[in-house]
Amino acid sequence: MAGFISTFLASAVRCAMPMFIAALGLVFSERAGIVNIGVEGMMIIGAILAYAGSFLTGSKWLGLLFAGLGGMAFGLILAFWAITLRVNQTVVGAAINIIGAGLAVTINRMIFGVNTVAPKINNFTQLHIPVLSDIPFIGHILFSYNILVYIAIALMLVLHYVLFHTELGLSVRAVGENPRACDTLGINVNRVRYGATLFGGLMAGLAGGYLSIGQLAVFVEDMTSGRGFIAIAAVVFGKRNPVGALLASLVFGAGEAVQYKLTAGNIDIPFQFAQMIPYVLTILSLIGLVGKTETPAASGIPYVKE
Amino acid sequence: MPGSGKQAKTKLKQSLSSLLIGVVALLLALACGCLIIMIMGKSPLAAFNAIYLGSIGSKAAIGETIVKAAPLMLTAMAFAVTFKCGLLNIGAEGQIYMGGMAAMTVAQVVKGVPYPLHMILCVIAGMLVGGIWGGIAGWLKVRFKADEMITTIMLNYIGLQFANFMVTNVIRDPAASLPQSARAPESAQLTQFISGTRIHVGVIFAAICLAFYYIFLWKTTAGYRTRVVGMNQHAAHFAGINSKKHVVLAMFMAGAFSGLAGVCEILGLQIRMLQSFSPGYGFDGIAVAMLGNNSPLGILISSLMFGALKAGSNMMQIVTQIPTATISLVQGLVILFVVASRFLVDRAEKRGNKKLAKGGNR
Repeated sequence: MAGFISTFLASAVRCAMPMFIAALGLVFSERAGIVNIGVEGMMIIGAILAYAGSFLTGSKWLGLLFAGLGGMAFGLILAFWAITLRVNQTVVGAAINIIGAGLAVTINRMIFGVNTVAPKINNFTQLHIPVLSDIPFIGHILFSYNILVYIAIALMLVLHYVLFHTELGLSVRAVGENPRACDTLGINVNRVRYGATLFGGLMAGLAGGYLSIGQLAVFVEDMTSGRGFIAIAAVVFGKRNPVGALLASLVFGAGEAVQYKLTAGNIDIPFQFAQMIPYVLTILSLIGLVGKTETPAASGIPYVKE
Repeated sequence: MPGSGKQAKTKLKQSLSSLLIGVVALLLALACGCLIIMIMGKSPLAAFNAIYLGSIGSKAAIGETIVKAAPLMLTAMAFAVTFKCGLLNIGAEGQIYMGGMAAMTVAQVVKGVPYPLHMILCVIAGMLVGGIWGGIAGWLKVRFKADEMITTIMLNYIGLQFANFMVTNVIRDPAASLPQSARAPESAQLTQFISGTRIHVGVIFAAICLAFYYIFLWKTTAGYRTRVVGMNQHAAHFAGINSKKHVVLAMFMAGAFSGLAGVCEILGLQIRMLQSFSPGYGFDGIAVAMLGNNSPLGILISSLMFGALKAGSNMMQIVTQIPTATISLVQGLVILFVVASRFLVDRAEKRGNKKLAKGGNR
């Protein structure tokens, strides 16, 4: 039984990671008032670039770098269209999702062709930490992951500090709440928003990379399957802060892990209802039943200097 | 008055330039597409030829364009009608699933009802359930101020999972190994009525919806009020308009449109319901609506264009092995370039107006 529980929890953590990594970036862009529904498209681009990059260079780290840069490039598209051209952010996000999915498949077919056996690539494998990983139960739950998981957790702590205890974090939060006031205080609203959006793109790309060369070692054409949207849910449910995003992602990851357990075990419970839990929880938190979530006041509104 | 003549001239110049920029945006996106196809080592000409053959090259091809355009037109209206009311409805995908699922359930469960009646019952069920699914987001918005963009995304997945649950459990065909429903009985199908094509009755329903969309928004008081709410909530409030009612109504209509798109897909084309049956019409609809600037004529034209590209790119994939995904990439670029060009035109217009105002003062 203990083995079952630890396996399940470890699986939940692994499932949570792609959402969590993307959510870390989204926390910043959301706080700055940029709504990014294009994160799904940025993730799939990250996934193919990491896989292809690792395949072509033989280095998983370079693959991951490509993924981050690709996500960032899409972040730049979102930023330019939403901030400079002041186009409706939802529309740009939807366009990015369409472009991302199309481009990822196109790149995949260009490099790997159709119906070929996926080549073996250099991917991130489980890190065996001496002593710690061997502790029964606890070792399995806490120390059975690849290095990216630990980096992501460390990054979360840094980002939490940056967002709530530095001037930079204050300006990110302020431009999402009251851009006009920021402007009078000499904060360059659009520059802060550009930065936050680029960072969001970077993390979304890395999240996709985690999926293809961290969690798995393969690229599948629709492998993000809604995880970008779940990341948005995790940010909202996690009250737009990094630690909250981790907790929300873990809840959502557990939902995904339950599904694998049910399907693998051939248990005849309609797992679809377990699958709904993340989304229902997010709605409940929006209407204030599970801790009230507040949207930044200037969310989705372009800033025009007067 | 010489001033008004000057103004009319400027207006004409402006609409001409906006048309020109739109065409330039399209050509730019196509050029990007050609470039990508050439990088793949394929011939853009062969690709265009295949797209032409697959979209308007034959009677069957035109039929495919139309049956693919109809659901896109419906989901585009689902985005547009809420956009006009100041809302962002990303929920068409979930509304498609709920609508298609409800229609198939009625098709399977209700027995002994003859053809048109049975089919009409299915359509009503699909539109009603889709409408309720959209209306929920509207209600959450007015009752709890819950951001409709987030709630509709969430409802997409809840709807998808619920439809999958129905097809793996309640309306599953026990004879099939994979989870899928049995074939819908003839009495419930949206009849395909032009031989040699797959054009079905649902296309006519979609056209009626488009007419309704136009008449409602621009020819009725309720529609006028909906647009006022979209333009300025506070003004609407002071004018005595019950904006809450209009928000829920717009979301309900959006859901009904998307629900019908689901019914078209299930009872018009696929006949059996599988898991995850929508080919992403919900999200493409946002693009179609924006491309058509949310106007009825614009939505009609851009949905036909997207439908043609969808039908044509299938043929292209078969003939040239260029993936259909490359075409959706081009579609995405079209949207980006068109919305960008619209910004440039607006800015040019504003500058033009300023100049005009200055000229008047002198």
